[in-house]
Amino acid sequence: MAYAYTPFPYSPPPGLTAPEPRHPVVIVGAGPIGLSMAVDLALRGVKSVVLDDNNVVSLGSRAICWANRTLEIFDRLGIGERMLAKGVTWKVGRQFHGDREVYNFDLLPEPGHKYPAFVNLQQYYIEQYLVERAQDFPDLIDLRFLNKVTDHKGHADHVELTIETPDGPYRLETDWYIACDGAGSATRKRMALPFEGQTFDEHFLIADVEMETSPFGNHNTPERWFWFAPPFHNGQSALLHKQPDNIYRIDLQLGPETDPKAEATEEKVVPRVKQMLGDAPFRLDWMSVYKFHCARLEKFVHDRVIFVGDSAHVVSPFGARGGNGGVQDVDNLGWKLAAVVRGEAQPSLIESYDIERGHAADENMRNSARATNFMTPKTPIEALFRDEVLNLAADHPFARKLINSGRLSQPCSLAHSPLQTSGDAPLEPGSALLDAPLRGPAGETWMVQEAQGAFTLLAIGNITPPELPGIARIGINQNVSDYPCFSDPDGYATRRYGSERLYLLRPDGHVCASFDHADSAAIKAAHARATGACS
Amino acid sequence: MTLPTLDDNLGTEGDTVYAALMTAHEGLSESESHALNARLVLILANEIGDRSRLEELFAAARAAGRR
Repeated sequence: MAYAYTPFPYSPPPGLTAPEPRHPVVIVGAGPIGLSMAVDLALRGVKSVVLDDNNVVSLGSRAICWANRTLEIFDRLGIGERMLAKGVTWKVGRQFHGDREVYNFDLLPEPGHKYPAFVNLQQYYIEQYLVERAQDFPDLIDLRFLNKVTDHKGHADHVELTIETPDGPYRLETDWYIACDGAGSATRKRMALPFEGQTFDEHFLIADVEMETSPFGNHNTPERWFWFAPPFHNGQSALLHKQPDNIYRIDLQLGPETDPKAEATEEKVVPRVKQMLGDAPFRLDWMSVYKFHCARLEKFVHDRVIFVGDSAHVVSPFGARGGNGGVQDVDNLGWKLAAVVRGEAQPSLIESYDIERGHAADENMRNSARATNFMTPKTPIEALFRDEVLNLAADHPFARKLINSGRLSQPCSLAHSPLQTSGDAPLEPGSALLDAPLRGPAGETWMVQEAQGAFTLLAIGNITPPELPGIARIGINQNVSDYPCFSDPDGYATRRYGSERLYLLRPDGHVCASFDHADSAAIKAAHARATGACS
Repeated sequence: MTLPTLDDNLGTEGDTVYAALMTAHEGLSESESHALNARLVLILANEIGDRSRLEELFAAARAAGRR
């Protein structure tokens, strides 16, 4: 059934009648990124005001593919299990050339993870769940719908905002202004910041259809199906995904010579969908015709204005690196901003967000641009090589690996970050943590539930993590009582992390250092480096 | 990147290999030959397998075409 869009309540903000005291954090935009940011900060006791010019969740499904690492972050924020329960879980992608399958990939072949490779769930559910989660923190998160920021002015240590409401304008001041206002960021435009990259000429149609009969035919397990030269569509590519509520996402490549207004009509879309799905009855739920860009801001941090998510960087949708990249931005920024707001770190720590997530944005853009170039060859010779890769793929495994319909979102390594301490370990410093099933005094649990959110020393096997200020401890395969200890019932933790080893995990779940003996001085130095103290 | 000078690896089989390459194209239209060449480049690239070596070879091929 179609999603019921219920408007969120508006109430006149206090600033309309009397000046408000300066806020520590104002978040502009109540999409998945802005709301995640507010929840992350609230979990660290930091107050924020969230401003949005609208009062309903995202119209249309938009971002639907949530990657394993993102789900682990959402677990920490408190909506991961709800997403898993509602969403469609998948891990296999199949690629077709014409009507012949040429290659399939399994994104998470090994068990021992709380979350699957991907959960498909419409963006409007994510936003609804995050708004409801934000309401768990009435003293920390001040959600203000129908509050449109019309102007802002940056100063060295604060930002002034002018906001329009149904009851007129008011002003706010904030120590930190977090721009989560999306790809068309009004904040970015007001600051006239160049947003440069690559634009692709090709138009794509997105259509969500609701139907009882599965377009995946006899395949009962939902997957990601991608066609080059599909037999049912006179275009270069097509993509099919399943969402909850019997809604299927269809992407069709329409070519560069397309009139987007004429194409985004039922008269044009219904026949295209029928060609693909046959005579089975369906309801058109949402459609959009778009071109895409890969672009980024040169810097994500401009004094007290910080860009997060699509306002900072956009990619093509093939690879699911937009929404996932944005949530990973939040994961990276949340603990740093909270530490600065609480006076536990210097504002310069925020610069490491720019370095680390700038690096990730480059990686996401590179992968997304390569996939897009493969799918939309720009010259006859690019088209020739693409077609011959597909022809070779029928018989030769090497060519199957070259088929690129999107390299799906993976957490970016932080190995080159100045916050890292390098070293050799089974899980290399810079990597995101790997989940593993654990058993503790309170029963079955997971690494992602026990080791995220704060600096944590993870000790595996016969090695004692020293007690140090500001660092939590957990033990695996140990019999100690003054910090939480777990057993490793199926051996996944030991296989993934090794044994007789300490890992220092950052609050965003990345390994920032690893040690083969309990050297307190070295651990303190790594912790100091990771919190922005000079190394 | 300094352009490599490509020394001979084919020895006494050079003429035979060249003739075999021509034979592989025999009877094909121009567009079929272009497609065969594209497949060959991909196959040979996979056989070489070394990214930095391949980048040198791509650069050498491109430079020779400019003369």
